[in-house]
Amino acid sequence: MTIRTPERIVGEGAQVGRSMPRVDAGEKLRGEARYVGDMSVPGMLHGKVLRSPFPHARIISIDVSAALALPGVVAVLTGEDTLDIDPYWGHAIKDRPIVAIGEVRFVGEPVAAVAAEDEATAEAALAEIVVEYEELPVVGTLDDALAADAPLVHDGPIRPGLFHGLGTLPDRDGNICYRYGFERGSVDEVFEQAEIVVEGEYTFPGVYQYAMETHSVIAQWEGGEVTLWATCQHPFLVRAEIAALFDLPLGRVRIIVPYLGGGFGSKSYTKMEPITVALARKAGRPVRIVNRVDESMVTTRRHGAKTWMRTAADRSGRLLAREARVWFDTGAYADNGPRVTATGADSAPGPYRWSGVRVEASCVHTHTAPSGSYRAFGASHVQWAGELQVDEVARRAGIDPVEIRRLNLLTPGEQVRPGGKPLDADLIGDIRKVADALGWDEPREPGIGRGISVGLLAAGAHPVSSAIVRLEADGEAIVLVGSTEMGQGQRTAFAQIAAEVLAMPAERIRCQGTDTRFTPYDRSTGASRSTTLAGLAVQRAAAEVRADLMEIAGKVWPDAGDAVELRDGAAWWKGERRSYPELIARRFGLSGGQLIGEGGVHPEGTGSYAEGPVFWEVCIGAAEVHVDRETGVVSVRRTATVADVGTAINPLLVERQDEGATMQGIGNALLEEMVYREGMLLNDSLLDYRIPTIEDLPPEQVCVIVENADGPGPFGAKGCGEGAFAGIIAAIATAVADAGVRVDELPLTPERVWRSSQGQPKEDAKG
Amino acid sequence: MRYETSFRLNGTPVSVSVEPSRTLLHVLREDLGMTGTKEGCTDSECGACMVLLDGEPLNACSYLAVQADGREVTTVEGLSAPDGSLSALQRAFLAHGGVQCGFCTPGMLISATALLARDPDPAEETVRAALSGNLCRCTGYQGIVQAVRSAAAEIREG
Ligand code: FES
Ligand code: FES
Repeated sequence: MTIRTPERIVGEGAQVGRSMPRVDAGEKLRGEARYVGDMSVPGMLHGKVLRSPFPHARIISIDVSAALALPGVVAVLTGEDTLDIDPYWGHAIKDRPIVAIGEVRFVGEPVAAVAAEDEATAEAALAEIVVEYEELPVVGTLDDALAADAPLVHDGPIRPGLFHGLGTLPDRDGNICYRYGFERGSVDEVFEQAEIVVEGEYTFPGVYQYAMETHSVIAQWEGGEVTLWATCQHPFLVRAEIAALFDLPLGRVRIIVPYLGGGFGSKSYTKMEPITVALARKAGRPVRIVNRVDESMVTTRRHGAKTWMRTAADRSGRLLAREARVWFDTGAYADNGPRVTATGADSAPGPYRWSGVRVEASCVHTHTAPSGSYRAFGASHVQWAGELQVDEVARRAGIDPVEIRRLNLLTPGEQVRPGGKPLDADLIGDIRKVADALGWDEPREPGIGRGISVGLLAAGAHPVSSAIVRLEADGEAIVLVGSTEMGQGQRTAFAQIAAEVLAMPAERIRCQGTDTRFTPYDRSTGASRSTTLAGLAVQRAAAEVRADLMEIAGKVWPDAGDAVELRDGAAWWKGERRSYPELIARRFGLSGGQLIGEGGVHPEGTGSYAEGPVFWEVCIGAAEVHVDRETGVVSVRRTATVADVGTAINPLLVERQDEGATMQGIGNALLEEMVYREGMLLNDSLLDYRIPTIEDLPPEQVCVIVENADGPGPFGAKGCGEGAFAGIIAAIATAVADAGVRVDELPLTPERVWRSSQGQPKEDAKG
Repeated sequence: MRYETSFRLNGTPVSVSVEPSRTLLHVLREDLGMTGTKEGCTDSECGACMVLLDGEPLNACSYLAVQADGREVTTVEGLSAPDGSLSALQRAFLAHGGVQCGFCTPGMLISATALLARDPDPAEETVRAALSGNLCRCTGYQGIVQAVRSAAAEIREG
């Protein structure tokens, strides 16, 4: 169910604010939509990757002769083939070789790759490659990595990547590759004198994003250029990394992105592109690599994290100070770890008014799969810990969880962090709405727990986007924008935005995938930024076309001035009508020609992380759970989320985003965990790693869409789809705690809940 | 060793010569160019590869192509009318927002088509049970349940 507040009437002809069906749904429903794995190019070979069976080992030798001798095998790539270039990549830290060079650092690290005429031959060739390893000591967990005498996963200096965006990166400190922290006000003093202090340690597991479509890439070299068809969320950043790696000008790397079968952060930045490009270079023919699920699981994942936190308050429930230390397990390579670390630290205080705050977050290497982005990163890791502590303060102060939040939440315009963007949302209003939607004040039966949570996520990433809108001679329009459609519905949203400006039906606007040769630059697709930033670029581009139309109309009716109205694909004055095709013909004579508009967004200041974010995404969720103390089974009865979107360009899409985020939140809170032992991933299939199915759908789900038109995007919009994820994880954790079970480790599996509710010790620490 | 395998695909007879180890999924996607059916886990766990075999839903990733000999295979491409117009179920997915990235969609449609053929008025629990072998990571399933139930109503009312 959806509730829109305040109530809004969408006028006749209005394009923004209506739940039009997705523009891409027809293709997808007919099975016509193409994904990278559905595509092939002439002469294409199939690539397969030989991956390390050891978490840490020295490579003594690799013998590929038997593999090469198999009929149908065209090339075998090893680290040696990449030594003519600087083979290290990584958008944050350049620490990752294209294929292993002398050493492997996680189970699943590419050691060699084969290109063959068909997949079965490539697969068979992998078995013929002989690698001799010498096993080395393994750093399997955060505790191992932080021990005084821990072996080092990396020891060279930090080489900054192209896109960390975090100022100067500090040097390594043992296995810590990045640190971020801040301190404000008087922390120690407040804790010494506080009437209530809550303290705890919390563990968040490593999680697999599970986009249903795995990472897939086709690479083709031709005429000194390389073309990629790739599953990437940030095609322009991948273009830059590939250009840097293979020493090519930007214009000689072309990235084409068809539909993506989900992303959620797993396809952000560079992933399988370098190895595919290197294999195609070696083979001298185009190559396609399509990961299996177990391979995508170790290509990138969500960081596991450990948080120590304490919160001080007075007897009335006024929050005073918070201190947190967070360690993120970034695995063997940094991937997006530094940004996740900074965002997690920024989320740790929660959106409350503090007299003192001290946060320190560290990004730590272990010999496990590299960790990167996943929906609402940072906030998902720490919000639940902070919210459990707020509830505990409320319990000791004898006040209601909603009331304690109302007392302490920041209000619009207040500083969230010094120097950054002030709060731009009505959190107190939002929390009341979500509580009402859940039925917070209704009586509760035994075994039932209710939880509510609120947080903020620094959203928008780096504000650089551009768009081109072309109005064709027949009155249809085309939107070119370099942001990736991965299921969130941005092509539909962009069509609606352009349609609103051009006063024409969105159904007559086409928005297709990125081809970096033609589509203008967009920084990235993630951090809930597409509708807000790329959408603003589309709005500005469409406004240029609109201005052109008005200029032509001015020539048709010289006396009309500003009185010309654009409506339903035509200009109108005093009952006279000129359709857009007529206006375009008037400019160009005969038929043909097109009106072209350009729009862009760039940072107002330096665009640094500290000045941001573009907007604060609200992370609010509420949940009602039933806990069976005999079995430990937690079932989610009801959930409520708030999509504080400023303006809903398409309410149906907003609702579906929040429902998807809710289900992923249920997965992260109750089911999902990548189980590692000594650097070995034990559950690397969907049978053992369970994600929510349709059977896990809660009986009642309410999505509240709040439209205060207070966003920086087009028509006052701001992004959504991540906040609910962090909000629901924390709401489920607090709801289970409300039902009387100690919660300090996710996911809340039946075994964990049962042990905790029986007062049993935790299972043995994972090796 | 290859076997001549003949079956009806979306109503049209086809004939392919296949090695006995190849799955129906690979033959559909690679030899017959029918890429609407998706390859997800290749392990019978996600439902992305579902097709109808004589009207029954089946994971094509775990079914040998040679076993399809003499049978009737329907893929997502065969669900809409020859003129491209959508089935009632497809229209309901469109209207209720049951599609996001679209990767699970072909399998979902196949499962739901089979369900509606055997139960014209499925209760919500029945819908859930019938689609429990189809994973979707994007939608949260809500729009899919609504779509299947509303399509059922539309078909019943003719
Ligand atoms: S691909 Fe067949 S069930 Fe997943
Ligand atoms: S729509 Fe993306 S997996 Fe279902």
